[in-house]
Amino acid sequence: MLLIRCPYCGERSEIEFANGGEAHIARPADPMSRTDEEWAQYLYMRDNPKGLIAERWRHAHGCNRFFNALRDTRTDRFVMTYEMGRPRPEIDAATAAEAAR
Amino acid sequence: MTFLEKNGMSFLFKPRVRSVRADGVGAAHCRPTGLAARGMNMQKFSALSLAQKALGGHLGWTPQWRSVAPKPAYDIVIVGGGGHGLGTAYYLARQHGLRNIAVIERGWLAGGNTARNTTIIRSNYLFNESSSYYEHSLKLWENLSQELNYNVMFSQRGCLMVAHTVHDVQVFKRHVHANRLNGIDNEWLSAEEAKAFCPPLNISPNIRYPVLGASLQRRAGTARHDAVAWGFARAASDMGVDIIENCEVTGILRGPGGEVRGVETTRGTIRAGKVGVSAAGHSSVVMGMAGIRLPLQSNPLQALVSEPVKPAFPTIVMSNTIHAYISQSDKGEMVIGAGTDSYVSYTQRGGLHIPAHTLEAICELFPMFRRLRMLRSWGGITDNTPDRSPITAKTPVPGLYVNCGWGTGGFKATPGAANLFAWTIARDEPHPINAPFTIERFRDGVMIDEAAAAAVAH
Repeated sequence: MLLIRCPYCGERSEIEFANGGEAHIARPADPMSRTDEEWAQYLYMRDNPKGLIAERWRHAHGCNRFFNALRDTRTDRFVMTYEMGRPRPEIDAATAAEAAR
Repeated sequence: MTFLEKNGMSFLFKPRVRSVRADGVGAAHCRPTGLAARGMNMQKFSALSLAQKALGGHLGWTPQWRSVAPKPAYDIVIVGGGGHGLGTAYYLARQHGLRNIAVIERGWLAGGNTARNTTIIRSNYLFNESSSYYEHSLKLWENLSQELNYNVMFSQRGCLMVAHTVHDVQVFKRHVHANRLNGIDNEWLSAEEAKAFCPPLNISPNIRYPVLGASLQRRAGTARHDAVAWGFARAASDMGVDIIENCEVTGILRGPGGEVRGVETTRGTIRAGKVGVSAAGHSSVVMGMAGIRLPLQSNPLQALVSEPVKPAFPTIVMSNTIHAYISQSDKGEMVIGAGTDSYVSYTQRGGLHIPAHTLEAICELFPMFRRLRMLRSWGGITDNTPDRSPITAKTPVPGLYVNCGWGTGGFKATPGAANLFAWTIARDEPHPINAPFTIERFRDGVMIDEAAAAAVAH
């Protein structure tokens, strides 16, 4: 079971959280001008990375707020969690290597 | 005598051969094959050969497939040496007359989801597209041991899907009717009839989610997962297919027009006119090398087995609502499947709370298993699509084909998916059965939404 740091409540066990899939997927600002292909990319296509993923979590059995996390999908090790609205953080190579370890 | 025969209704749904066979696919596998027609030097298994080898102290057995180094070029390279990939190579050779084929596998043969699933085989899916696909596969299963001359231990012990709520009852009856209209056996049992079919089942009205009834597909069953891969590998190797283990794809070679020219691997460059990707949980990774994004999320799925006990459980039982599924292997272990973990991961493990949740349901439905000790648990990586239906299709890259998205239920489709993927690769066009299972269905809005319609994680 994962130990997840909610930015608002601190570290809690995974069973308090709901995973919300890949983060930073922005709804098209001008929907009418988008093609079917672009809509499919937005709605369904995912990077599904083997490595670092930016993903959403919701503290469903806590503060019930969404937040984002950086995690390595090869190890499930979290690099960090951060509030909604912040851009995906840049991390250095040493931190990335630690997450992959 | 079945329930329906007892009630004089058996005429309603005698299992019959589906008309999808009219176009010829599968024709070759409907008859037992003579090995003389194919083999280079594959030894045949029979009661006589077993007796002869037994008299010789079982020293005379030879390897079942050739161990080879990759050649510089092939006509077709299949990426992924699990049941689907090996089966694809087999059907390409067997039904389409192609021989210059390699199956390349990152790890060892059938060490991924082929070795990690709970081996449930059934075809009682709701929609016409899905039930056609899974029934195509089930029909191939029914003759697979004979066709491969390799015992895949296919056991049609039935699959009981237990209903706990009024909604369950309505949904499962809808499944029963939809399946019958498609010529697929499925029947509705009362709680008492379900108990008669599977005596360990607890139908007490006093449990938290009492059993209200169940649907039963009698032709459903289980098979020996390793044997399926080994049987396909053996038969494919015998027809000249090269099976190359410890060979990870690191890139996909493209020509000036964007077309596929081969693959880069950890064992060197392998050129090929066509590449078929059958990489399960790693499909996004491999297809990403060709710049193709897929509608997939890779999630861990866990399973576990108990200590082996004497035959105690006659069938497969699945419960959608309280999430349990269980059958007994021929070794005697209770084979239990948990749900998927919720997050993207390639770790082949998951949280303990997921199988614990399943075991709570098992203990309530089958009180006699409460003292049973669990022996092993493990995880595999499932590639899940938004509509929980697979993709077996051409891709935007000429010469590149993909068979993925099988999520939590790909084992049952092994021969069917392999058969249709081989067709798609050989003819550069899908067979009518897999034609709806494209990547483009997500763009065009013609999804095959088995997400709620399928039973639990298969």
